[in-house]
Amino acid sequence: MDLALIQTALELGLICSLTVLALFLSYTMLNVCDLSTDGCFTLGAAVGAVVAISGHPFLAIFAAMGAGVCSGFITALLQTKMGVDSLLAGIIVNTGLYSINIAVMSGSSLLNMNKTTTVFTLMQDLLEGTPLAGQYKLVVAVIAVVLVVAFLTLFLNTRLGLAIRATGNNPDMVRSSSINPAFTTIVGLCVANAFTGLSGCLLAQSQRSADVNIGTGMVTIALASLLIGGTILGRGGILSRACGVVLGAFIFRLVYTIALRFDMPAFMLKLVSSVIVVLAIAGPYLKSRWPEIRRRLTYRSAAAKGGEGKC
Amino acid sequence: MLTISHISKTFNPGTVNEKRALTDLSLHLAPGDFVTIIGSNGAGKSTLFNAISGSFYVDSGSIVVDGKDVTFMPEYKRARHIGRLFQDPMRGSAPGMTIEENLALAAGSGGWFSHMTKADRDRFRDQLSQLDMGLEDRMKQPVGLLSGGQRQALTLLMATMDPPWLLMLDEHTAALDPATAEKVLDITRRVVEENHITTLMVTHNMQDALAMGNRTLMMDSGRIVLDVSGEERAGMTVADLLERFHRGAGRALDDDRILLSGEEG
Repeated sequence: MDLALIQTALELGLICSLTVLALFLSYTMLNVCDLSTDGCFTLGAAVGAVVAISGHPFLAIFAAMGAGVCSGFITALLQTKMGVDSLLAGIIVNTGLYSINIAVMSGSSLLNMNKTTTVFTLMQDLLEGTPLAGQYKLVVAVIAVVLVVAFLTLFLNTRLGLAIRATGNNPDMVRSSSINPAFTTIVGLCVANAFTGLSGCLLAQSQRSADVNIGTGMVTIALASLLIGGTILGRGGILSRACGVVLGAFIFRLVYTIALRFDMPAFMLKLVSSVIVVLAIAGPYLKSRWPEIRRRLTYRSAAAKGGEGKC
Repeated sequence: MLTISHISKTFNPGTVNEKRALTDLSLHLAPGDFVTIIGSNGAGKSTLFNAISGSFYVDSGSIVVDGKDVTFMPEYKRARHIGRLFQDPMRGSAPGMTIEENLALAAGSGGWFSHMTKADRDRFRDQLSQLDMGLEDRMKQPVGLLSGGQRQALTLLMATMDPPWLLMLDEHTAALDPATAEKVLDITRRVVEENHITTLMVTHNMQDALAMGNRTLMMDSGRIVLDVSGEERAGMTVADLLERFHRGAGRALDDDRILLSGEEG
């Protein structure tokens, strides 16, 4: 297997790991399955692309994150203040975002950034002539991931971060303590969606195009990566778990890339991610039920033979 | 410290499931009072606690804690001043977070963006060692690994770290084995005395109800039917208490759990 493929897997894995880190915050910590992730990812891509095309490569990054915060705020507001079920809130926002994303891209479903100055082209110019010249995408991705992991590690150990974790971990406790669960949910989802937006923005810029379907299925892919990361480094401090999450995203991409080499068609990506999520969630559950299932099977076969039990 | 004036609460009004849980209940607690509450199932003990903590707003009447009218203050705001422990030891702490993280959250010192400092850790270690359960050496372990008694002791520590105006204990030892329950009660007694916290404690153990605190209330059908303190209470036995309940409520106490625990003593 050649190095270029691993490098591509690493780039994509790292950029998408920002979304996985967002789910690490919302799904693992806050215990909210945020189904607006797909739409928010595309929103980040669209907003980032529009701002970058208008000539502000750095502003594009912050605009994409800001758009993510707004999206997360609405999702959180629906479920904490308006009585909408949390899964439904995500689905509603996701659907609404489809229209917004096309509106952001001025009615077209594809934006081309072939001649646009982005953080990637800036890094390419900066690294010209150095040994890292070919890895400019990787450098940008690594910087983004390191910043986000560092932020998350610091953030989740502040009092606010602890409150967010407690909200997901024991809602009963939070309800009878001085933490307002609505507040922690809103903050948590805003921060998580900022990362999702950033992730979408960087993916679009590295591909030099943003299209309205760029985020489709992202939530499942990210969940698969998150669960893979959790099995590798599920325990320990926040830092090691966050690193595990990034590793999970990379492994997912690597496996996918290898599968592509064995002539798996590219459109299979989403099925593979679905199967991984199912295995990761259903596996431990079925394993815990296994003794009971086995007992029932043996009971039934014994009964069929006319042994124990009644027919 | 706590003044409850004529509160009432009816659940599911106007339906077949209508239940008058609290009926024109008034209660005044002086600062430093340690009041034990007994009563049969459905007497309204937990409902009274829920009313005080703000799980729901009362239909009528007012609740004043430490001179502040909290009748319509949301639960999470009251919680800053009212500590509460439940029967279920799993309710009061986050199992996926470490002991020190739980304590840091409860300590509430510093702003939202403050981090746990070495001074905080030293203070936590010191307070944990007073529980005498060896928890001070397990501060980096998740709370989910602790036993029920240890978790309840930890919750008690968390609730009283920043001494609250009012501490409410809702049968907080009922789910523990007798030896552990005794230990948690000892810790309760010490923590409350050291910090002079005004305390309400629901118990089904009549012996404990008379042995702990300085005042005992009996509840029945959403009312306080007996309120004894001082010398009258000092000479009381469990049999006296049952007799007084009978007179107050107009019927015998019908809670097996209470009667059984009364016979033990």
